[in-house]
Amino acid sequence: METVLFILFGAIAVCGAIMVVTRKHPMASALYLILTLFAVAALFVLRQAHFLAAIQVIIYAGAVVVLFIFVIMLINVPEDRLPVERATTMRVLGVLAAGFFILESAVLARRFWMPIGPVAEVGTVEAVGRALFTDYLLAFEITSVLLLAAVIGAIALAKRKI
Amino acid sequence: MEALAISLVNAVPLLAGVPLWTVTLLLMVAVAAVILVFALTFEGVGSLVLRKVAGDIQARIGPNRVGPNGMLQFLADGVKLVLKEDIIPANADRLLFKLAPYFVFVGSFAAFVVVPFGVGLIAADLNIGIYYVMAVTSLVVIGVLLAGWASNNKWALLGGMRAAAQIVSYEIPVGMALIPAVLIAGSLSLQDIVRSQGGLLGIFGWNLFHNPFTFFSFFLYFTAAQAETNQTPFDLPEAESELVSGYNVEYSGIRFGLFFLAEFGDMFIVAALATACFLGGWNVPFFHVGTLPWIWGNLLSLGVFLTKAFAMVLIMMWVRWTLPRLRVDQLMRMSWKYLVPLTFVNLLGVSLWLLVFRGKGIPGMIASLFG
Amino acid sequence: MAGFLATVDFSNPYFAVLVLLVIALAMSVGFVLLSQALGPKRYDRIKYGVYECGVDPITPAAVRVSVKFYLVAILFILFDLETTFLYPWAVLFRSLGWFGFIEMAVFVGILLVGLVYAWKKGALEWQ
Repeated sequence: METVLFILFGAIAVCGAIMVVTRKHPMASALYLILTLFAVAALFVLRQAHFLAAIQVIIYAGAVVVLFIFVIMLINVPEDRLPVERATTMRVLGVLAAGFFILESAVLARRFWMPIGPVAEVGTVEAVGRALFTDYLLAFEITSVLLLAAVIGAIALAKRKI
Repeated sequence: MEALAISLVNAVPLLAGVPLWTVTLLLMVAVAAVILVFALTFEGVGSLVLRKVAGDIQARIGPNRVGPNGMLQFLADGVKLVLKEDIIPANADRLLFKLAPYFVFVGSFAAFVVVPFGVGLIAADLNIGIYYVMAVTSLVVIGVLLAGWASNNKWALLGGMRAAAQIVSYEIPVGMALIPAVLIAGSLSLQDIVRSQGGLLGIFGWNLFHNPFTFFSFFLYFTAAQAETNQTPFDLPEAESELVSGYNVEYSGIRFGLFFLAEFGDMFIVAALATACFLGGWNVPFFHVGTLPWIWGNLLSLGVFLTKAFAMVLIMMWVRWTLPRLRVDQLMRMSWKYLVPLTFVNLLGVSLWLLVFRGKGIPGMIASLFG
Repeated sequence: MAGFLATVDFSNPYFAVLVLLVIALAMSVGFVLLSQALGPKRYDRIKYGVYECGVDPITPAAVRVSVKFYLVAILFILFDLETTFLYPWAVLFRSLGWFGFIEMAVFVGILLVGLVYAWKKGALEWQ
């Protein structure tokens, strides 16, 4: 059952990701992105990483995609004036890069292959918190500086336009 | 729920030959049906009560035609919505227009799954319970944005943007104001949070009375949650006079009905979370429900929980018809300049209190004074 | 099928969530289908047009919204991340003690600088 669900949600995630890249209208892309993110959250749940799944939904689907949608509405290009992409070389290069990436991941997966044993408790709230507030404390504190920089940058950019 | 299925198989000899997974799956479907029926009934009756309360507060009668005293009005409304023509505007983005109500309805209903109705009455006691509610709320934001966008109507688009901006602005104070309950319980599971408020202190075991800061955070939560669910006085996204109804202006019939049901569902979720996190949930004062037989303990705790939650819903309706609507600039100022800093200070207060007094609340200290 | 279903781990509460979501979705789709079956279908150009208080729309609906929404979304991401960090911290609060308190105070303090900056720059004003 777990395997079936894994294949199902994995397929949804991959198909959604392909649709994100190929759709013409950015709004449709954003929508498929949501689908992909939800499928990935379901994969997290299957690996017992419940907290990570919730974060995936809250931060990515709930906040980042909402930001994308706001930006799409901010620019709001009418359907008939959307730019047409004609860069065939770029497409060929993109497919090639994707192929190499898949190959590389396959090689890596073979090299570090681990039998699927009992699920380690790494994605629960306690485990995430424990790792965050002890081992990765410095990274955690630096995150706040990164976020601060993001806010200052956004305000500096947006305020010039007003 | 599997444990329940095992006890059911043991108790009913007729089920002895049926495999366990069938019983569990059927039980899950039955629970889902019960919760859906409860949610729909609440949403229907809630809309009737809302109009009755509005009538009382505005010194008029309110609905009184269908059934005795207008009691069946909500059924008539429901039938009417189903019998209406299914209109999709010619200019609308058809797929997104159809999808949006499902996002909002399922997002609102999904939160019912973790509501702790009684000592053993919870559809899924998730280990991330309270955080899960925050996650499904984000579905509502997406649905609202899609509805506004897909309608291809100025008012709908502006209403959708306003609603989304409002929901996300108030999601922060809502999330922060609930943290004191997590701090005290040390768990995100709503059942654990409710259990942490039990004990021999009676109603003084509630998080509301734990210390001055938790008392304050209840009101912060209640204000912010009312705004997050777009209730009056924070109903700017719908502002009839300016936006003619906001993001759902192009919706009619049952598709509008789904938005409408979700609105009342959200109302119950706000009340239920306030009850579970601050008002002791299903705990019966001075009494341990677990000692009763399963059925009586659950019935009693269910009654206690629903009484508290419905009282909260009535208070929300009262607020709704009493206060005037805010302006949009006041709304944003209220969230970012008042509620967010206040919840920060409040959280600081709660965590300091818990550290200094080693997790003891004021009622607990008074109780230990008298031995 | 039966043998396959027997392999499901039903003690996992997330399976109940899945069942409930599927049923809720099925029911809402059912409502819409029922309405489509029962409701009238009478075409009318005006009825299917854009609702604009009775007059024909003179500008397309594709209005550009204010950049303020973008600022709200950025601030939201910032503080949403911060609440995300606060929840595991709240769960572990008792075992972390004063050390955890100081950790979080530093983190939140730096983020509050961002809020104060946005405030001073007038990004929180909404005219």
